[in-house]
Amino acid sequence: MSIGWTGRTREAAIRALPPGKLLPDEQPAYVASWIYVFGVLTLSALAIVLTSGTVLALAGPAWWHTSALGHFVNSLHLWSVELFFFFMVIHLWGKFFMAAWRGRRAMTWITGVVAFATSIGTAFTGYLVQQNFDSQWISTQAKDGLNSVGIGAFFNVLNFGQMLLWHVILLPLVLGVLVVGHILLVRLRGVVPPIPHTVDHTDAAEDKS
Amino acid sequence: MNTTETAHQTRPYDLVKEFVIALVAVAALTVVLAAVFSSPDEKPITLASWAKAAPGDFIATSAAELAGTSTSAAYGAPYNHVPGAGQKLGPLPLQRWAGVRSPIDPAQDFVIGPLTAAPQDPALATALATYRAAAPDQRHKQAASYADALSKAPAGDSAKVAPGDYGTTPVLTARLLDLARGGGLDGTLLTEGGFYSSDYTRPLLFLADGTYLADQATAQHLTGNQWGMMNETGNYPGQAWLWLYTFWYQVPPYKTSTNADALIWATMAALTVLLAAIPFIPGLRSIPRWSGIYRLIWRDHYRRQR
Repeated sequence: MSIGWTGRTREAAIRALPPGKLLPDEQPAYVASWIYVFGVLTLSALAIVLTSGTVLALAGPAWWHTSALGHFVNSLHLWSVELFFFFMVIHLWGKFFMAAWRGRRAMTWITGVVAFATSIGTAFTGYLVQQNFDSQWISTQAKDGLNSVGIGAFFNVLNFGQMLLWHVILLPLVLGVLVVGHILLVRLRGVVPPIPHTVDHTDAAEDKS
Repeated sequence: MNTTETAHQTRPYDLVKEFVIALVAVAALTVVLAAVFSSPDEKPITLASWAKAAPGDFIATSAAELAGTSTSAAYGAPYNHVPGAGQKLGPLPLQRWAGVRSPIDPAQDFVIGPLTAAPQDPALATALATYRAAAPDQRHKQAASYADALSKAPAGDSAKVAPGDYGTTPVLTARLLDLARGGGLDGTLLTEGGFYSSDYTRPLLFLADGTYLADQATAQHLTGNQWGMMNETGNYPGQAWLWLYTFWYQVPPYKTSTNADALIWATMAALTVLLAAIPFIPGLRSIPRWSGIYRLIWRDHYRRQR
């Protein structure tokens, strides 16, 4: 009897990432440095960003201007974003100096870089929808850069409604997919071992460069 | 050496526990930072507050809109068709190619339209009728003369402008000032597209055409040559991650180029692609190996190997 598309998908998923590999309870002994903490710290800060952003979204974009509680939630949102970027940049440079793309891990690196760029866009749209002087100034300045390369014709930073939807739905959705993909790739390939372990064709080529 | 990953020893590692501890720690740190430092919320400038605080700048901006000499009037795509306007990336006029997708006629949208929609006394009705009957060249010439005379008047005061042939410009700009002071212009510019609107393109472009907004930003150290793109009001970190983007605006050839925005966007796009493609670029991908920083990261591992 055919197991169908669903069965094949399930079997392929389990084959690629069996439970023990998806959520292992042991790691290679070399995973013993403070630099490894910054990945999980980035993820934790992202969780706070999403939670505080969700609370702000529940009451609407103007709530935080008129409510002390709303202003505090906005402050949580702002500082969790600052921490998110702080941790992510250290994570990124840590992985760079570990050459963490070795051993067929190039896609893990690429999804990380694209997630970083998407995060910048997400944070930027957040600044545009604050409905205050910062939003006015940032949007009127940023329009020139976006217009200069033709993007502004489709992504109008002066259009509050468009930017709000990008900030609360479209970009978080893209970022979420990238982050999940990034983490699954880490689990799939495992944590990169110390240089010069794990030789593959990429490293072989690198050795000749 | 051709060691595989499976050759490494393993040790117990509780990922879930690590995540929960990190989450609690980051949450606590966020609460402390939010409680101690709060977040900035400088009130937005309304067209009413601009008209009240800087009437000379407001009238000069309105005259420039009528003269077709404002930033918005001369902008080109995506707001209007202006021959030769718009930045280029080398030979590529990307800005013009994207087309006019948010059509703006500054004289009509920012001045004549709102005045037409407002309650009209005989003097204003006559001025509007005279303006409409005049040839476009004459309108522009009279408005430009008025803008020029305003710039020479003491403190830009419209009451002290030297006599001249300004047509209906003084009446129209003065009435727009009255409309703005009463708060009517804020609503009119926002609702020109209908009852519901969330598009602030018109009021923001009009506001940015004046110098009042830029003056407030300069006072807050937010302009481009003050690394302003990464700053925000008050003593807050702002978008520190935009430091490299902002950096290019401070150095030649970007700093002096008329196509600076396009060049900087292209530079940042190229650098982002380069960063993503590091695993495939000989030389760049070897920097970590040459730097030796990895020896610090995995020092315990290398010590055990000795």
